Amino acid sequence: MESKKMSNLLSFEKPVAQIQRRIEDLEKESQEKNIDLSVSIEQLRTELKLELQQIFSQLSRWEKVMVARHPERPKLIDYIKVLIPDYLYFCGDRLFRDDPAIFGAMGHINDNQLIMVIGHYKGKNTRDNIQCNFGMANPEGYRKALRLMRLAEKFRAPIVTLIDTPGAYPGIEAEEHGQSEAIAMNLREMFQLKVPILSIVTGEGGSGGALGIGVGDKIMMMEHAIYSVISPEGCASILWRDASKASEVAEKLKLTAQDIMKFKLIDEIINEPVGGAHRNHREATDSVKKCILQWLNQSEKISWNQDLLDQRYEKYIRLASFDHVKNLMKDIRSSEENL
Amino acid sequence: MISFKKNNTPKIVKPGPNLEAEARDWTKCPGCRALLYNKHLSENYQICPKCNHHFRLNSREWLRLLSDEGSFCPLFEEFEAEDILEFTDNETYVERIKKACKKTNANEAIQTGTCTIEGHKIAIGVMNFHFIGGSMGVVVGEKIVRLTTLATEQKLPLLILSASGGARMQEGMFSLLQMARTAGAIGRFQKENGLYLSLLTHPTTGGVSASYAFLGDVIIAEPQALIGFAGARVIEQTTRQKLPPRFQTAEFLVEHGQIDKIVERKVMKKVIARILSFYQEGWSSHGVKKNE
Ligand SMILES: [Zn+2]
Repeated sequence: MESKKMSNLLSFEKPVAQIQRRIEDLEKESQEKNIDLSVSIEQLRTELKLELQQIFSQLSRWEKVMVARHPERPKLIDYIKVLIPDYLYFCGDRLFRDDPAIFGAMGHINDNQLIMVIGHYKGKNTRDNIQCNFGMANPEGYRKALRLMRLAEKFRAPIVTLIDTPGAYPGIEAEEHGQSEAIAMNLREMFQLKVPILSIVTGEGGSGGALGIGVGDKIMMMEHAIYSVISPEGCASILWRDASKASEVAEKLKLTAQDIMKFKLIDEIINEPVGGAHRNHREATDSVKKCILQWLNQSEKISWNQDLLDQRYEKYIRLASFDHVKNLMKDIRSSEENL
Repeated sequence: MISFKKNNTPKIVKPGPNLEAEARDWTKCPGCRALLYNKHLSENYQICPKCNHHFRLNSREWLRLLSDEGSFCPLFEEFEAEDILEFTDNETYVERIKKACKKTNANEAIQTGTCTIEGHKIAIGVMNFHFIGGSMGVVVGEKIVRLTTLATEQKLPLLILSASGGARMQEGMFSLLQMARTAGAIGRFQKENGLYLSLLTHPTTGGVSASYAFLGDVIIAEPQALIGFAGARVIEQTTRQKLPPRFQTAEFLVEHGQIDKIVERKVMKKVIARILSFYQEGWSSHGVKKNE
């Protein structure tokens, strides 16, 4: 396991800091004095792994929100570099400007498989963050995304969208340029693209701004990702005019990958490395790659024509429908009775 | 979902002990504080004759205003909200729904069905802001999907009147996904050359504006209606900028090319009927019957 210096320890990660420090000390000592301490180091690493497993298996929903927003979590660009090493990116909505909050590139995921990857880009450092607006897209970002999806369709390249955004940007210009229209248009047009679409929530799935690139044949979430109709802060300030109640509200919103899987609203959860994706980018990105390859394999089985569109449409007619909810309620009630 | 100050609901003037009966006949205008005789107000489409303040209409009042008398046939009334998240804030969601039903005498935030408008048969959905802020949960989404499917099958024009703060947070992800479901259904309908008229009333925001409301082939708004994606308060806090005058009003949206036109309540039916007759004329002159 990659032992990475953690500069941003979350409060519930504190117990592992001490073990990590001891590992670092031993490594230093072994190097300086040129002695073999590998047995004790390995022991500590096992201890660390167990501790992390313990912590991360029982995170509260609010803690999951913290992990999903972790500044060191792999960002879109980290995924793109691993998924499509020979990538070529495209810019602009052809109408107004290039929105850096949305990034899209085409490339080979393996020797003969071309894909288009489009996602929100939060940025990797403060300068980056500001430039790409912390992954909060303007209308031109959504329009750029749709343009690139249509380009992918022309190349017969399957589309993978990677979702990681606090939400669509709440700005004056965003409203003037039609934020509502841009998102609505994507939701409608993604049903019409005759190439398979896979949508993965890698970090923060912030309401309409997330869904705006999130209509797909398959929807997956990373193990510690969240997906929500409204941010816990936003919900708290509407209900109690008090954003500080966000942690309490996160519990109510049932926004974790595990909650949403239980509700049968997503198809798969992608495992993260022990202790979260931020502790091991390589393992996290590889695990995403594996899931995409599996999906590509399945996608070969259906012809990329009207059948694909019909199947996608049928999926959404069932998904979150009244019958879906009724059946879930029935399941919950019968499992309660069996207890 | 966005919260709104309730400055648009008609306020009944506190009655004095012996003026009770008379007070029920009067409403104080929140726009100009004038006392308005209820009878005059209803004759004037619930618009203040002094300052042009538009009082909110509920779904039944809108249906009465738009459809030909007795032509409305309700559909999909059987769907009622479920508390799948077991959501509780100051009260349980179950309690909140119960109260909303009682208050509005309806079972959800949208009424759907078919009706005629000056003889043109259409599929119609009218939202009711008084029902939990007109928020869109599973039932609202389901009714819109079914209504749109019906319009596709029966080749009827579709009209949806929006009045909503956005997605219903008490149903979490189930609500968010209604944005995709409704947009998908409307896409299918439009691919078949179905005509979709979207009517935006005060307010139309959030998940509703960013899905079916802004997909209209023609988008019409009421004067002064608040329309937008994000809440003004959030925008102010995020950008630390002063909002321009009339920001996110219907007038602002026309100026910025986001909607087709603003239509006054008293001529709304006439304008819609005209669009419907243009549509029918275009198709029937090519031998296709679209609606009658
Ligand atoms: Zn007035």
